[in-house]
Amino acid sequence: MTAGDKQAPLLDRRDERVKHESGIGGTIRAFFDRVRAGDLGSLPVVVGLAIIWTVFQTLNPIFLSPNNLVNLLFDCSTVGVIALGIVCILMVGEIDLSVGSVSGFASALVGVLWVNNGWPVVPAILAAIAVGGAIGFLYAVLFNRFGMPSFVSTLAGLLAVLGLQLYILGSTGSINLPYGSPVVNFGQMLVMPDFVSYGLAALAGIVTFAAGYRTARRREAAGLSSRSLGGLLFQAVVITAVLEAVVFYLNQDRGVPWMFGLFVGLVVAMNYALKRTKWGRSMTAVGGNREAARRAGINVRFIYTSAFMLCSMLAAAGGVLAAARLASASQQAGTGDVNLNAIAAAVIGGTSLFGGRGSAYSALLGIIVIQSIASGLTLLDLSSSLRYMITGGVLAIAVIVDSLARRSRVSHGRA
Amino acid sequence: MSDIADEPAPMREPVLSLRGISKHFGAVSALTDIDLDVHAGEVVALVGDNGAGKSTLVKILAGAHQPSSGTIAFQGRQVTLPDPSAALRLGIATVFQDLALCENLDVVANIFLGRELSPVRLDEVSMEIRAWTLLNELSARIPSVREPVASLSGGQRQTVAIARSLLLEPQVILLDEPTAALGVAQTAEVLNLIERVRDRGLGVVMISHNMEDVRAVADRIVVLRLGRNNGIFTPDASNQELVSAITGASDNSVSRRAGRRSAVAGRNPEAHP
Ligand SMILES: Nc1ncnc2c1ncn2[C@@H]1O[C@H](COP(=O)(O)OP(=O)(O)O)[C@@H](O)[C@H]1O
Ligand SMILES: [Mg+2]
Repeated sequence: MTAGDKQAPLLDRRDERVKHESGIGGTIRAFFDRVRAGDLGSLPVVVGLAIIWTVFQTLNPIFLSPNNLVNLLFDCSTVGVIALGIVCILMVGEIDLSVGSVSGFASALVGVLWVNNGWPVVPAILAAIAVGGAIGFLYAVLFNRFGMPSFVSTLAGLLAVLGLQLYILGSTGSINLPYGSPVVNFGQMLVMPDFVSYGLAALAGIVTFAAGYRTARRREAAGLSSRSLGGLLFQAVVITAVLEAVVFYLNQDRGVPWMFGLFVGLVVAMNYALKRTKWGRSMTAVGGNREAARRAGINVRFIYTSAFMLCSMLAAAGGVLAAARLASASQQAGTGDVNLNAIAAAVIGGTSLFGGRGSAYSALLGIIVIQSIASGLTLLDLSSSLRYMITGGVLAIAVIVDSLARRSRVSHGRA
Repeated sequence: MSDIADEPAPMREPVLSLRGISKHFGAVSALTDIDLDVHAGEVVALVGDNGAGKSTLVKILAGAHQPSSGTIAFQGRQVTLPDPSAALRLGIATVFQDLALCENLDVVANIFLGRELSPVRLDEVSMEIRAWTLLNELSARIPSVREPVASLSGGQRQTVAIARSLLLEPQVILLDEPTAALGVAQTAEVLNLIERVRDRGLGVVMISHNMEDVRAVADRIVVLRLGRNNGIFTPDASNQELVSAITGASDNSVSRRAGRRSAVAGRNPEAHP
């Protein structure tokens, strides 16, 4: 990998017991070693997605058509944003069962404030998200001050917030958002112009390469092992090529929805926050070992508060997007399988229910799995009863994978 | 460096001073009326049998537990330590007996936990270099600092925990059985390190069951027994004195055993701690 053989060994390569895999074969071997030790990453979900897509495509050739995939991306974005909040709360090893209700309440609030009370739409949306933050803050207070387990407080919240939603919607029970308004357009049809989507796909590769190159140079200068230029280029080219291919395919139909762009933007931002900031490090630490984090001087209560609030705020944001998608705020918004889908997406994507392990990208991967199942079954004209059963089954499988991987990590000393 | 170390430690004001510290866990009195002074440039060994309250005392000083009563003075000022971050801010670093590492994080992340460089854009390269420097100072044998701590052996984790406490550049460092899980070479390395930080003018509190280690580095030996002060000794105190202070009886299985051995072998019982 590096040219350190001639000089003194690199700072992090002095222990001769460690075999450092190099080359493509070595990378693949190291990958299988990691998987066997229970470090599954996003492998199960990628395999699962391949199976699901193959099955549905054979059953109905429309499934993988650009048109259906664009619809799929629109549908992903709403619950995906909620799932991103779930990733946050799972990171610290807690849960929020009320995200569905909070999203429904937020959509109702936007309807009431904007359509019924004549607020401008932006303050209405901000108010809905702020109310979501307040709900999360309440959970955090219950958790930090009274030690109330989050699954109980949020289960109570599920009912209470649903009650609020029904209350503010009143007897009519449903508010239509005006067609043609920017919000509804955003939720139903706005897509990126081709050059924007191609440009963003290329940007992803460029940024990956630039960041990787910068790190490699700094590590090299400091006498640490670093990735080779070829490897970095190869990775960047693969990322760009895959993304450009996807964008090209989607552009055969309407193109990449702006709403999906917003969702991916939030995922990338959250990934940065969790992986590259002190706050994210603290979140991971608190989820891994709360007492150790406390003894390291981390303000554990603040971390929990931020996780609960972010989760509820993202749930509210997801609710607003759902209202835009449906052009209505109704009593049904946020009920049914929204809650479970959001939680299932995070877990299916690879975020552990046991805390301290996960990634923002699991919300993206997981929701694509969930929505693929939903979309495939809809195309087959199967009722929601079957969809519920299958989604429930997939969630169970994801949790089993998570639990087995955890057990394997413990026995391989990688917990 | 030398003018600090040359002065006899007890002449100066203690950097850390406890008076009348008690701690109850429900009906259990883990500590009763403990007094303890730690001076700059001094190694205080805290010894006592299992359950004597040593770890509890260390956790109080680290801000992890709150004392039920008593006062703590740091550099002459009375302080409260409501949480671990308060103790860290004052410059009291602790290596806990139960280590307190996050197993899901890698070695670098654990060493820098709570004190990461550039909070909104973590400087992983600088942190990794600093981590390797600290670990090399400790002669640590850690294969990779990018593996989760869960994959390390007990001794390696101990080294990570010690490296972590040194990062802070503390005034006082508390080590709760730091050598219990270490091999021969590493134990020597940790004892050397304790002497080095002492010579830099830090106050060190070390808990150990190994009298040989204690004698090797301690300037004073403070004995706890059943949660109470039970004497302060110098390192040249006889083994018999120490053992009876620790166990609370001059006639006990340890001293009888030592007596038998010395009678048989004609050797000094202090060689067999
Ligand atoms: N968190 C706790 N809750 C209840 N009792 C405790 C707790 N921590 C320590 N104790 C009790 O306090 C006493 C002293 O324990 P400790 O300080 O760990 O002793 P040691 O000197 O072996 O380190 C023991 O009797 C122990 O059972
Ligand atoms: Mg102890």
